[in-house]
Amino acid sequence: MRVVALEGRGELGEWRDAARRLLLAGVPPEAVEWRQEADASADLFDRERGDPEKQVPLEHASPALTVPRLFLDLAATAICHADPVRFGVLYRVLHRLQRDRDLLGNATDGDVAALHGLAKSVRRDSHKMTAFVRFKEVGACEDAGRRRFVAWFEPDHYIVARVAPFFHRRFFDMDWMIATPRGIAAWNGKLLEVSSTPGQKTALSDDTEELWRTYFSSIFNPARLKVKAMQAEMPKKYWKNLPEASLIPGMIAGAEASVVAMGERMARDPPAFHARIEAAAKVREEGPPVPWTLEELRAEASRCTRCPLHCSATQTVFGEGPAGAPIMIVGEQPGDLEDLAGRPFVGPAGKLFDAVAHEAGLDRRSLYVTNAVKHFKYEMRGKRRLHQRPDAGEVEHCRWWLDLELALVKPRLVVAMGATALFALTGERPKIADVRGTIRRSEHGPAVFVTVHPSFLLRIPDAARREVEMVHFKRDLAAVAAFGAPGS
Amino acid sequence: MKKSLKERLAILSDAAKYDASCASSGTVKRSSADTGGLGSTEGSGICHAYAPDGRCISLLKILLTNFCIYDCAYCINRSSSNVERARFTAEEVVWLTMEFYRRNYIEGLFLSSGIIRSSDYTMEEMVRIARALRVDHNFSGYIHLKSIPEASPLLVEQAGIYADRLSINIELPTDAGLAAYAPEKRPAHIRRSMGELRLKIDEANDATLQTKRRKRFVPAGQSTQMIVGADQANDRVVLATSARLYGSYGLRRVYYSAFSPIPDASRKLPLIKPPMMREHRLYQADWLYRFYGFDIDEITANQPDGMLDLKLDPKLSWALVNRHFFPLDVNSASREALLRVPGLGTKAVRAILSARRLRRLRLEDLARLHISVKKVRSFLSTEGWTPHKLIDRSDLRSMFEPKPEQLDLF
Repeated sequence: MRVVALEGRGELGEWRDAARRLLLAGVPPEAVEWRQEADASADLFDRERGDPEKQVPLEHASPALTVPRLFLDLAATAICHADPVRFGVLYRVLHRLQRDRDLLGNATDGDVAALHGLAKSVRRDSHKMTAFVRFKEVGACEDAGRRRFVAWFEPDHYIVARVAPFFHRRFFDMDWMIATPRGIAAWNGKLLEVSSTPGQKTALSDDTEELWRTYFSSIFNPARLKVKAMQAEMPKKYWKNLPEASLIPGMIAGAEASVVAMGERMARDPPAFHARIEAAAKVREEGPPVPWTLEELRAEASRCTRCPLHCSATQTVFGEGPAGAPIMIVGEQPGDLEDLAGRPFVGPAGKLFDAVAHEAGLDRRSLYVTNAVKHFKYEMRGKRRLHQRPDAGEVEHCRWWLDLELALVKPRLVVAMGATALFALTGERPKIADVRGTIRRSEHGPAVFVTVHPSFLLRIPDAARREVEMVHFKRDLAAVAAFGAPGS
Repeated sequence: MKKSLKERLAILSDAAKYDASCASSGTVKRSSADTGGLGSTEGSGICHAYAPDGRCISLLKILLTNFCIYDCAYCINRSSSNVERARFTAEEVVWLTMEFYRRNYIEGLFLSSGIIRSSDYTMEEMVRIARALRVDHNFSGYIHLKSIPEASPLLVEQAGIYADRLSINIELPTDAGLAAYAPEKRPAHIRRSMGELRLKIDEANDATLQTKRRKRFVPAGQSTQMIVGADQANDRVVLATSARLYGSYGLRRVYYSAFSPIPDASRKLPLIKPPMMREHRLYQADWLYRFYGFDIDEITANQPDGMLDLKLDPKLSWALVNRHFFPLDVNSASREALLRVPGLGTKAVRAILSARRLRRLRLEDLARLHISVKKVRSFLSTEGWTPHKLIDRSDLRSMFEPKPEQLDLF
C-alpha cells in the first residue's frame, strides 16, 4: 500500500502530479491510500510527496496522458472539497478513464456519481459564499483615498481562490479583504492576493447594517410564513456571520400576531387627500364629445369594448391616412405586428401591399388604409399567436367604426381586400374569385372595388401560381390607381 | 417632523413587498474590472438573503414614494388607504443602493413607485435614478424598473437603456377584474406598453447591417405580475392570460402573487389567508407550459371547475387522467414523452438520455440519477421492471395524495 499525503487546500496541481506518477507507474486505485497532510502521521509510511527519487521529471519520462476536458473541470472543482475521500475518488475515475473514455457520460456509475456529488457540493458552497459574505467598512486608506472593507466568512470547503475572482469583478473600486479559516483573499486596486493561510475574525461594527436589518424585517410578509423554504436556502450554519439573521426568530414569533392584528383592524375612512384626488379626476373625465374629426374618432375607438376581442388584443388598430383621401383601402383585421405596433398594414402582408401598390403607381401616403375589424383575433398555438378570421358578429360590431371612417374620409373609391372587407362594406358574401376586379355598389356610400387580400398571396405554396396571382393583384391595384388619378 | 431615512426605508420597503419578483438573472455579463467602477452581473442571479416567508432577497426592492393618485382596491398604497406615507429623494435611493451593494447585501435595485402628480413625472424621476447609478456612479449591478402605466414611450425607452429589466403589472387576469378593482388603470394601456417594449427589444436585438452588434436594451427582458385570488377568475382563465402574455409580448416571466391581506384593507376585499398552494400550482403549470411542452389548455382540460388540483401537482394530475400515454419505456421513449412523466424534471431527462446511450437502464440506475423511484415507477418501464398492474389500478391517485392528517381529540 502506498500512502500519498497532500496538503489539500484546494489546489489541483499537487494532486495532479501525484496522480500522474501513480498512473504512469501503473499503480491501481486499491493500492493507494490518500491522506490530507494535517492528519497524515507521515513518518510511518513511504511518502510519495517530497521524495526526490520518485519525482521523475514528467515532461521527459511520460508518454502523453490524456483525459476528457470535462474531467479536468470536474477535478478542479472537486479538489476544493474538504473531505479527504476526494483524492481517491478522483484517482479511481482517472484510472478508469484510461480504459473507458465515455465513463463520465454514465451518471449511473458509482464513482462518477460520487465525483459529481463532490463537485456539486463545492459549487453550492462557492455560490453561498458569493451570496453570504458581508463586508464591513473599516475607514478609508490614507494615501489612496479608496474605501476599505473587510469580511469574515466560514466556508465548508477550500473555495477562497475559486471565488475570489467573483469579488474582484464586483468590487473593483474599493479595497477589500475576505478572511476565512481556509484562506484569505484581498484586493487593493492593483493586485488580487489569495493565500491558503487561515485568517482571523475581527470584531467590527458598521452603521449601515442597521439600515439593512430594517430592510430585512420590512420586506418580510408575515402572512406568508414559510420557515422551511428559508432554511433550505439559508441554512443556520451561515447565520452567525449574517447581521440580519439575529432578527429571524423574532420575525417568526411575531408573524401570526401581526396578521391577526391586520385582520382585526377595521377598515377606516380614507385620508383627506383621497377626496381631493377623486374630485380632480372627475373634472378630467368630462364625457367624450361626439367625434367630428378623424383624430377624435381614433381616440374614441382606442377605448372600444363593443365586442370581446379587445380583452385579448393589445390595442385598437385604427385606420391611417389623410381625411379626404380619394381612395380607401380596407383589409380584414390587424395581424400580430400591427397589434403590437398599433398601426395598420405594417406586417408582412402590409409590406407586400406597399410594394405592389408602389409598382402600380399608388402612393401609400395618399391612401387611407384601415381594416374591417380593428382588434387582432387569434388563438394560441403553442407559443405563437395564430390569426383567426373574425366572425359576422365581430364584423357587425366593428362596422360602427368603419361607417364613421367612411363618413369622415369621404373617399371616391373603396377597395375591399378579401371576403371580410367585402362583407363589412356591402353585406354580401360572394366568392372573391367570382367578383374580383369588379366594382360593387352598396346602397349608400361609394363604389367598392374588389380584390384579394395580400396575405392570400403570401399563403400560396406553389411559386408559379403565386407569380400568376401577383400579376393579377398588381393589375387590380393599377386599375385602382387609374381610378384615383386626377381627372379620372 | 420629517421622518428619518431608517423610518422611510421601513415604510417604503414594506410598501414594496407585494411585488413578487426579485430575480436578478438573465442579463448580460458585466464586470467592474472592465469599467473601473462598482458592480457586476454574472448571468445567473444571487439570492443574498432569505426572509422567513421563504422568499429570496436579491435586490433592494423599494418604492420611490408610496403616495399614489390611483385607488386600486388590492393595493396597500391606494389613495384611500391610511398607511403612513413617505418619499425618498433620488439621491437617497442612489446612496442606499450603492452602500448596500458595497457590503454585498444585494445584487442591485428594484425600483417601483406610487404615481405622484402624473405618470410622466413619476417615470422621469425613476429614469433619473437609474441614469445617476449608471452614469454618475459607474454602477454595473442589476437594475429593475417598474414602468409606470401610461408613461410616455420616450421615457420607457430611456429607462430601457439603463435598466436590465422593465416590468409593468397586468395586476388581474381579466379586464373586468381590473375595471372592478383598479378603476384608473386601463388594461389596453398596459398591453400597449408591453407591445411597444417588445418591438423595441426586438429591434435592439436585430444586429444592424453596419455593425453586426446588438444594442444593449433591457437585456433581461420584461416581466409582469398577476394577483391571484382577489377576483373570481379561475386557474384556466389565469393560465390562458399568461399564455397570451408570453406569446404576445415575449415576456420572460409572469409572476403570480397570492392575494395577501394588507393593512387597512379596502372594504371591497375579504380578508383571507393568501392562497399559497394555488399560487404554487400556478407556477408549476406555468413551468409545464414553458419548459415541458404542454399546451396551456391540456393542463386544465380535465378540471371541471377550471381550477388546478391542490392536492396533486398539475403534471401528476394530467398523467392520472391520461393513463393510456403510459407506461413509457425509459430506454426508448423520446425526450418529449419523458418530460411528461411525473417525477422527471428537465435535468433528469437529460441525464437519462445521456446514460441510456451507454447501457440499458434499470430502476436502480434511476435512483442513482437522483430520481424518485417511488414516484416514477408507476409510469415507466425499465430493464427488469414493468408497471402494468400499477398503472391500471383504480386507487393510483390515492397513492400519490398527501396522507390525511389524523385529527386531534378535542
